[in-house]
Amino acid sequence: MLEILACPFPASLQDAGRPGYRHLGVPLSGALDPEWLALANALAGNPPDAAAIEMRLAGPRLQSDADALFAIAGDVDARIVGEAGTHAVAAWRSHRLRAGEELRIDAVRSGVAYLAVAGGLEGRRELGSRSRYERADLGSPFGPGMTLKVGASGTPIPRRLGVVPARSGGPLRVIPGPQRERFSDAAWDDFLGGEFVVGREADRMGLRLDGPRLGHVGGADIVSDAVTPGAIQVPGDGRPIVLLADCQTVGGYAKIATVIGADLPRLGHALPGTRLRFAAVSLEQALAARRAAADALGASLAAVAPDTTEPDLAALYGANLIDGVIDATN
Amino acid sequence: MKLIELGDGALTLEFGERIDPDANARVMAARDALQALGLDGITDMVPTWRSLTVHFDPLRLPHDRLRQALLQAAEQKSALAIRRSATPTIVPVCFGGEFGPDLAEVAAATGRSEGEVITALCALDLHVALIGFLPGFPYLGGLPDWLDLPRRATPRTAVPANSFAIAGGQAAIYPWQSPGGWHLLGRTPLTLFDPANAERPARFAPGDVLRIEAISPDEFQGLREHPRHA
Repeated sequence: MLEILACPFPASLQDAGRPGYRHLGVPLSGALDPEWLALANALAGNPPDAAAIEMRLAGPRLQSDADALFAIAGDVDARIVGEAGTHAVAAWRSHRLRAGEELRIDAVRSGVAYLAVAGGLEGRRELGSRSRYERADLGSPFGPGMTLKVGASGTPIPRRLGVVPARSGGPLRVIPGPQRERFSDAAWDDFLGGEFVVGREADRMGLRLDGPRLGHVGGADIVSDAVTPGAIQVPGDGRPIVLLADCQTVGGYAKIATVIGADLPRLGHALPGTRLRFAAVSLEQALAARRAAADALGASLAAVAPDTTEPDLAALYGANLIDGVIDATN
Repeated sequence: MKLIELGDGALTLEFGERIDPDANARVMAARDALQALGLDGITDMVPTWRSLTVHFDPLRLPHDRLRQALLQAAEQKSALAIRRSATPTIVPVCFGGEFGPDLAEVAAATGRSEGEVITALCALDLHVALIGFLPGFPYLGGLPDWLDLPRRATPRTAVPANSFAIAGGQAAIYPWQSPGGWHLLGRTPLTLFDPANAERPARFAPGDVLRIEAISPDEFQGLREHPRHA
């Protein structure tokens, strides 16, 4: 059992999301960066889509009532506080949290980060997913005083990642449309040539962008049709809204373009103040990028290996008794 | 009719740009035809008034294969006939009073009595054109032209859950409390969304036909269901 002692910034339980219900108005939800979710899980010895804690800005303070193995994917300041003192914990490798010790994620410097626990976190599973979707109260809420059950994990081995993945910059690649024709060529040029900044209205549903105002041809409103994470809606004020995992299933604003699947995990890292640019690509380029991303993730997951560098204190002390301090300092 | 890319993981088959019952019938027919093919790699099929969007994994289902299947499915025209013979689902609604605070206004705006508005609504076959806005929120077609009213000038910040409402030529039932600008005519005691029922969490699905049945406040209390999220 994991107890949430404090949680100053929004965090939530997320897995691969809730496909198969969008015709009933139920959003897809799931991790904003499913690749990092998969890596955190692999480091904790879990299947790629086990539920983990998605964190932004700063994470929670947690305490476990039993020994647990956990791993963090992301750029974070984290430490374990226990009777033996405090020690920092690095991301991209797994660590043991002893019963009664406290894990503090003080800062999340990547746009998003994931904390996976060996065995997976067993929040409420509804419609095939543990992902939290606030508006319809699906999945477990996450907040101070609440507890999360940890699944059975056997005896997990500590693991580490060979190469730490980075989220590169560069423009987000988009496919024009579905309503590209609702925008003038000047608006299209502004969209591709301009720089946008993520505004304050930014959550798991979407990001409102400040930048060039994108004017419509024949109005912003359409008879609602389906939207998807990555779709870029432009309401009447000309300020684009990029949709994310918790977006509604249909929308009534014209969509100028859609961020390609390969760049969605990167989009999930955008926070208020983040600068974004867009570049148009063809469907063929988008599919090639999707294949490359899947291959790269596969390679990263394959590179998750047992952590042989974990200090085995008993062995270390034993060695020191025999060999003296010279070897230990070399 | 055209096929449009919604990114690289979704295709939209569009039959028109307006709210159109005939387009919606073709959408449902295409949806059924595509479903019958059982293509591997499709995750969601989202019908709307005028389009069918298919969300899929292009690494499992090639774009060309899905395009071809969608163009074939678009030729299906059977749904209209199926819909007309479908058995309507009865939806009890308690009209007026605190449940339907806009009934008097709607009656006045349409030049009918409240009773005439209720009688007219109960005689209709309302069809579920799409579910959207909120989980389980049905957009219902089939209202007569005289009930085509614009949305309220000032939307309510909190429309109570289970409200039956009309606006813009459509009817709807709110599964959740939410902001809303539609005219509230009554309330149903039915639970509209139940996540414990994974087979069918939403009571209504696109393509369903509904018939409204007027009930008294006493009957409302007797029929009242208690959803977890009430």
